[in-house]
Amino acid sequence: MKTGIRNPSDFWSGLIYIAFGVVVVTEAHDYGMGTALRMGPGYFPTVLGGILTLIGIIAIVRSFRIDGEPIGRLNLRSMALIAGPIALFALLLQTAGFLIAMPVLIFGSAYASPQFNLLRTALLALGLTAACYFIFLKGLGIPMPLLGSWFGN
Amino acid sequence: MELLTNLEMGFATALSLSNLFYCLIGVLLGTAIGVLPGLGPTATIAMLLPVTFNLPPVAALIMLAGIYYGSQYGGSTTAILVNLPGEASSVVTSLDGYQMARNGQAGKALAAAALGSFFAGTVATILIAMFAPPLAEIALKFGPSEYFSLMVLGLVVAVVLAHGSLLHAVGMVILGLLLGLIGTDVNSGIQRYTFDVPQLADGLNFVVIAMGMFGLGEIISNVQTEGERSVMVKKVTGLMPTKEDLKRIAAPVLRGTALGSMLGILPGSGSILGAFAAYSLEKRISKNRAQFGKGAIEGVAAPESANNAGAQTSFIPMLTLGIPSNPVMALMIGAMILQGIQPGPSVITEQPQLFWGIIASMWVGNFFLVILNLPMIGLWVKMILVPYPLLYPAILVFCCIGAFSLNNSEFDVYMIAIFGALGYIFAKLKCEPAPMLLGFILGPLMEEYLRRALVLSRGDASVFITRPISGSMLLIAVAAIAFVLAPSVRRRRDEALQE
Repeated sequence: MKTGIRNPSDFWSGLIYIAFGVVVVTEAHDYGMGTALRMGPGYFPTVLGGILTLIGIIAIVRSFRIDGEPIGRLNLRSMALIAGPIALFALLLQTAGFLIAMPVLIFGSAYASPQFNLLRTALLALGLTAACYFIFLKGLGIPMPLLGSWFGN
Repeated sequence: MELLTNLEMGFATALSLSNLFYCLIGVLLGTAIGVLPGLGPTATIAMLLPVTFNLPPVAALIMLAGIYYGSQYGGSTTAILVNLPGEASSVVTSLDGYQMARNGQAGKALAAAALGSFFAGTVATILIAMFAPPLAEIALKFGPSEYFSLMVLGLVVAVVLAHGSLLHAVGMVILGLLLGLIGTDVNSGIQRYTFDVPQLADGLNFVVIAMGMFGLGEIISNVQTEGERSVMVKKVTGLMPTKEDLKRIAAPVLRGTALGSMLGILPGSGSILGAFAAYSLEKRISKNRAQFGKGAIEGVAAPESANNAGAQTSFIPMLTLGIPSNPVMALMIGAMILQGIQPGPSVITEQPQLFWGIIASMWVGNFFLVILNLPMIGLWVKMILVPYPLLYPAILVFCCIGAFSLNNSEFDVYMIAIFGALGYIFAKLKCEPAPMLLGFILGPLMEEYLRRALVLSRGDASVFITRPISGSMLLIAVAAIAFVLAPSVRRRRDEALQE
C-alpha cells in the first residue's frame, strides 16, 4: 500500500484549481453579490469560483486514494528559454527597437534546442528579421519602431 | 427552391474575385502551416488570425474557413508521409496512410485522402445549407433561459467527449469561464479581476490564449525532443488513383461521410470521434479487413472523409446558435465578434450574404484543396523537412508579431508568454486546453443569459427547468453526466478515447 501522493496530476492541478478558486471568490466579495433578481457582478464568479475550489478539493483527495500515471518533470529550462525571450521581445520592442528585439527573440529561443547551432541561427535571425520587416512593418504597416527610445526615437 | 436561390447568392459572394483570392490564400496558408508537424488546426488558426483582422467580415471568415480546411488537409499529408500526425484526428489516418507510404503508395494514399475529403466536404456543405436555416428559425424563438441551458449542455457534452479525466475537463471549463469574465462588467461597469492593469479592462484576447496554450505550450513540450526529420518518400508519384482504387474507396467514403457528418455536430471533439468511428467501422465490415494496419486504402479514405465531414458540420451549431462545438469554432466565434458580428441565429437573416457566402466558400475551398494541393505536394514535403530548430523560432516570431498586432501593444506579447508557460504546465498535468477555450468564449455570454433569464423570471431559478426546451436540454446534460459516470460506460469511454 503506497502512501502519499498517488496521482501527481490530480494533486497539482487540484492545487491550481483551489488557488484560482480562492482568489476568484475573495475578489468577487468586493464586487457585490446582488440578488437572484438583480445579479451583482460578484454573483457568477462566486458560484464558479466555489465550484472550482470544490473540484480542486476533490482532485486532491482523490490524488491520495487512487493511483494515477506518473507525470514527467517540468522542464524549466525549456520553459524559461521559450517564454523568456518572448517577454524580452516585448520589453525591448519600444526601448531598443525591432532590429534588436527580433534577433534577441530568435537567438534566445533557438538556444533552447539541444541542436543549437550559432551559424545557422545567425542566418535565420538575419533572414527572418529582414522578411518580417518587409512583410509586417513595410507591407502591413504594423507600428513597431525599427530603433527604439534608447536611440532617441 | 429557396435553397437554390440561397446557394446561388452564396456562390455569387464566394466566387467574387476578391473572396476567391482570400479563400485560396487561406487554403494555401492553412496547408503550409498545417503540414508542419505538431501544429494542429487550432494552433494554425490562432497564429494566422491576426492576418485576417483588416479584411472585411465576409472575406475574413472565408479566409479563416479556408485556413481550417487547409490545416486539416496539411495535417493528413504529414500523417501519411512522416507518421507525425499534427492533431488527434489525423492519428487514424497515419495508421494505414503511413504504411501505404512505406509500401511506395504515398501518392495513392494522398489521393484517396483528398478525394474522400472533397466528397465529404461537398455532402457536408449541402447538409449545412439544408439544416442550418430551420435550426436557426427554432433558435430565434429561444429566450435567455434556453440559451443558458444550451450552453450548459454544450459544455457538458464537450466535457464528456474530452480526453482524459472528466474532473480535469470540468475544472478546465470553469477556469475558462472565469478567465472570460476578466475585464469590465457590461452591467455594472465594474472592472473585475483586472488587478488595476489598464490593458485588462477590455478582457483577455482569445487569440492570446489560443496562441499561448495551443501553439507555444506545444513548442515548449517539443523543443527538447524534436530534431531533424526524414520523410519516407522524397518524390511522390502515382497520384492518379486507378479505377479499381476508386471502386474500393467508394463505400468507405460514403460511410465515413455519414458518420462524420453526424458526429461533427456534437460539441467536443466531433471530427476526432468521427475519424475513429469510421476507421473502426471499416475495420469491422471491410472485405479487406486483413490489410488494415498494413496499408489499406479504405483505412485512409474512411477516416479522412469522416474527419472532413465533421469539420464542416461543426459549423452548424456555430452558425445557427452561436455555440462553438470545438476550439476551432470558438476561434471563429471570437473572430466574428471582433468583426462586429454577433454570432447566433440572427446572422442568417440579417447577414444572408455572409452566411451563404461562407457556406459556398466551403465547397470552393475544398475544390481548391483537391486541384491545387496534389500537384503542390513537392512543396509541402519540403515544408515538412524544415528542421525543427529552425522552424520553432520562426513560429515564435510570427506569434509575437501577431499578438502585438492585436492591439498594437506589447501587453499581448507578455500574455502569450504567460499562457505559453501555463499551457505547458497544463499539458504536463494532462489537462486539456480545448475545454478551457470553449469556456473562455462562453463565459461572458453565459453570465449575460443567466442574468437576463433571472430578471425575466423575477429571480425565480426554476424557469430553467419549467420552460420545456430549456428543461429538456438540462435533462439531457444531466443524463450525459450520469451516463459517463456509470462504471461500465466509464471503462469503455476510457478505451474509446485512448489514443
